[in-house]
Amino acid sequence: MRLTVPAHKQTRLNRRTAVAKLLRKRKDELVVTGLGSPAFDVAAAGDTPLNFYLWGAMGGAAMMGLGIALAQPKRRVLVVTGDGEMLMALGALATIACEKPANLAIVVIDNEHYGETGMQLSHSGRGIDLAAIAKAAGFPKTYTLRSEAEIDHLAEEIFDGEGLLFAVIKVSIDAVPVCLPPRDGPYLRSRFREALLGSKAHG
Amino acid sequence: MPPTWPKQIFQELKTAGIRQVAYVPDAGHKDLIRLCNANPGMRTVSLTTEEEGVAMLAGAWLGGDRGALLLQSSGVGNCINMLSLNQECRIPLLALVAMRGQWGEFNPWQVSMGQTTGRALELAGVYVYGVDCATEIKETVRAAARLAFDSSRAVAVLISQQVIGTKNFRK
Repeated sequence: MRLTVPAHKQTRLNRRTAVAKLLRKRKDELVVTGLGSPAFDVAAAGDTPLNFYLWGAMGGAAMMGLGIALAQPKRRVLVVTGDGEMLMALGALATIACEKPANLAIVVIDNEHYGETGMQLSHSGRGIDLAAIAKAAGFPKTYTLRSEAEIDHLAEEIFDGEGLLFAVIKVSIDAVPVCLPPRDGPYLRSRFREALLGSKAHG
Repeated sequence: MPPTWPKQIFQELKTAGIRQVAYVPDAGHKDLIRLCNANPGMRTVSLTTEEEGVAMLAGAWLGGDRGALLLQSSGVGNCINMLSLNQECRIPLLALVAMRGQWGEFNPWQVSMGQTTGRALELAGVYVYGVDCATEIKETVRAAARLAFDSSRAVAVLISQQVIGTKNFRK
């Protein structure tokens, strides 16, 4: 995928629009979100039982994605998380790169800030390049996206293609409407397993 | 002659249908890790830190696989917040903890976590089974796996240095 527009010519993407565009092609793919805004963005794009939203367990989203991907090698698994959550799990990028699950994609919605705690600058806003870290770890495909056109390409790669992938979508810190997904843990896990495994979910 | 209990644990993991094994290496788990690595029915994943395994195995279970986490007692502290996943979502966890700092330890830096491992796990909502004698391991791992997967609970088996042996730094 080619990055078509130089970074300095971009206006920052709206996170809600970006995630909705990313998920437009989604069918029955499995989605795990990191806590906070990425969970709300995914919920706003359409709640389904095959969304598993973390409301805590910060740093766990990518590894949850790995566990699901290894259990379900024929299903595409997408992790949608934030820059702060991903920064807490840089070691997980090394672990995942060692395993190289072909059905896992990780997308970081990167506003370069801790949005839930007072908009403090995160490391990604201080020059740390998450896609470069993933590339150095061994992710075969890594991207940093800044335009809507690029998101269409990314969606194609995730939902029509295969292969381990790590992408950062740079977004603004502009406020977005409140959209809170369910947060009851047993409900979230049971509906996910039932939708995925059918009656075996209760074995 | 190598001890037989690692092989007994391995058999119990197979009986329990364990398909994913996540670990941060510990000498006490050396034989078990080797057995799991050699088994094509188990996907083993070496972690950079233990809480990765807590999250990964929660994902495994969401995806229909059962898993086990192999770690040293010092790694339990790394897991505490991630265990909220199991506690809040009632997702099973089977953790096998090789103890350090608990029985005749040479390295004082291991003692702080080793002496608080069981209590730390319990405070995080994990049920703890201790094993002080090799003859108890088989039935304890079996019971822990049942509690974990039949009742959807987080369970840890603490394997004492009385079983593993105390690490000898002066050999």
